[in-house]
Amino acid sequence: MEQREREFLEYVQGGGQVEAGDWLPDEYRARLRKFIEMHGNSELMGVLPEREWILRAPTLQRKLALTAKVQDEVGHAQLIYRVVEDLGKPREECLDDLISGKSKFHNVFHYPTKTWGDVGVIAWLVDAAAIISQKALLKCSYAPYARIMKKICWEESFHILHGRDVILTLMNGTDDQRELVQEALNRWWGPLMQFHGNPIEPEQDPMFVWRIKSQGNDEARQQFLDGYVPQIWELGLTVPDPELRKDEESGRWLYTEPDWDELMHVVTGHGPKTEDRLDLRRAARENSAWVRSVLLAA
Amino acid sequence: MIYEVFRQERKGQAFQHAGSIEAADERFAESYAREQYGRRGESQALWVVARDSIMRIEEFVDELNRNYHRVDGYPLKEKLKEARERAGTAAPRDR
Amino acid sequence: MKERAQLLLEIADDELILGWRDSEWTGIAPFLEEDVAFSSIAQNEVGHARALYELAARDLGTTADELAFDRKPEEYCCSELVELRLPEWERTIARHVLYEQADAERLARLKTSDDAELAGLAAKIDREEVYHRLHAEMWAERLQAEPRFIAALDELRPLVDRRKGQSPELAELWDEMTSVRRSQPAGTTW
Repeated sequence: MEQREREFLEYVQGGGQVEAGDWLPDEYRARLRKFIEMHGNSELMGVLPEREWILRAPTLQRKLALTAKVQDEVGHAQLIYRVVEDLGKPREECLDDLISGKSKFHNVFHYPTKTWGDVGVIAWLVDAAAIISQKALLKCSYAPYARIMKKICWEESFHILHGRDVILTLMNGTDDQRELVQEALNRWWGPLMQFHGNPIEPEQDPMFVWRIKSQGNDEARQQFLDGYVPQIWELGLTVPDPELRKDEESGRWLYTEPDWDELMHVVTGHGPKTEDRLDLRRAARENSAWVRSVLLAA
Repeated sequence: MIYEVFRQERKGQAFQHAGSIEAADERFAESYAREQYGRRGESQALWVVARDSIMRIEEFVDELNRNYHRVDGYPLKEKLKEARERAGTAAPRDR
Repeated sequence: MKERAQLLLEIADDELILGWRDSEWTGIAPFLEEDVAFSSIAQNEVGHARALYELAARDLGTTADELAFDRKPEEYCCSELVELRLPEWERTIARHVLYEQADAERLARLKTSDDAELAGLAAKIDREEVYHRLHAEMWAERLQAEPRFIAALDELRPLVDRRKGQSPELAELWDEMTSVRRSQPAGTTW
């Protein structure tokens, strides 16, 4: 590593932040942009599983809340892609790569949403897992990204409350409604445990080394379990992992090792809904290409 | 075109840079800025300006250490000690 | 009182169904900034519907949700204009423009009503609609030379004042809209 890079590394490891116009090591810039782009892709793809339920929301309040939640996610994609663009990759190129499968998005958005129970579980637990990662980005060494994370985290706080409200209402309702929640939880637990990524040591994780993330994958997962397993159990729900328990001595949660092969398989474009959702994005984009042309023309 | 958005959270506070949006013209920029940065009533006011209209200044020259117009150009401790000794007075907190 | 309720339902149904249709663009609008803006319009429409249903609900001794969801499709009093699923942006904007014009006239009349509650609510809604109108005008200006937009306006204009029958599209929408709700007995909390 050359001198200038080494100084940069020391600077960010000491808590220093950089701006769009600053000199950035090639490796840092490349990894940073890819990371942020994947985040943007995830927000955009995350919209699709929830969209269908906007149309089926069972009360006016839920309809408004769910529409607002999905709107926030679109807004987050907008914020994130702007940061990527200022790092040198135009939004249209990002969308091209997303649709062609060249770039990735998070595992959870490759799975189907089958019931209203999924809507609750996603807003409550998937968003919770995401918020833990997002809070760890508030101190990102790249300041423009850290700044948008503030707005994103602030908006996500209502998502979790909305999710919890949906779940609590269902749990206090009919037997069928309670079953909706349990059944959805059973399907989402696997992807949730994989969400924070495989257990790489922070010092081996380039994202952490460059202080793009301020937290390792395992630590994020432990935080998630600490925060949310008690919330799950206190409602009388069960988690579909017989090994799940907190080791009192170490304070760490023990669990069945997640299927890392499945995670790799899914994020490389082979999830149950990957094809369908990318097709939907492709179609929407093609059908509205003329609109973008008209706006550019003036 | 890229427009930068500055938002004021409460009256009296400074406008802070909040982000940027892409819009075809000022009318679209206004509509989009309102939505991205104000749909929850979270902003008291917004300033929206085309990025091209913003002048960026980042180089500041101070080769000759002009501390005569800064507080750090006036270390008075020694002089004050000398003046008090001459007058036979003690520092206020020693009296 | 029943007369006022009928009027309220007509406007509420318009706003609800239009809001429902407009919300279908959330996540797939032509570009991200517009996606966010148009979603707010959709939410406002549903919000207006809710306020109107709440007023009608008091007159009829029921709740806003029951009025919005638990009537049969043939009981809705919305304009045929709002019932159509319009997955093309030019038709969506054409509807947006036509609806805002007609709604502006309707609200202007209601604001002068002797019924203080009705006039008050109409004034509130009207103040929010200012932004909808600006948005519609902005797009209309941009698309005014586009043949497909002009064709869409021509196609949809006759539907503005048609309130007699229901299109099969409304029945389809109602089916999807109420599927979760109907999966449990009436009165279940969601």
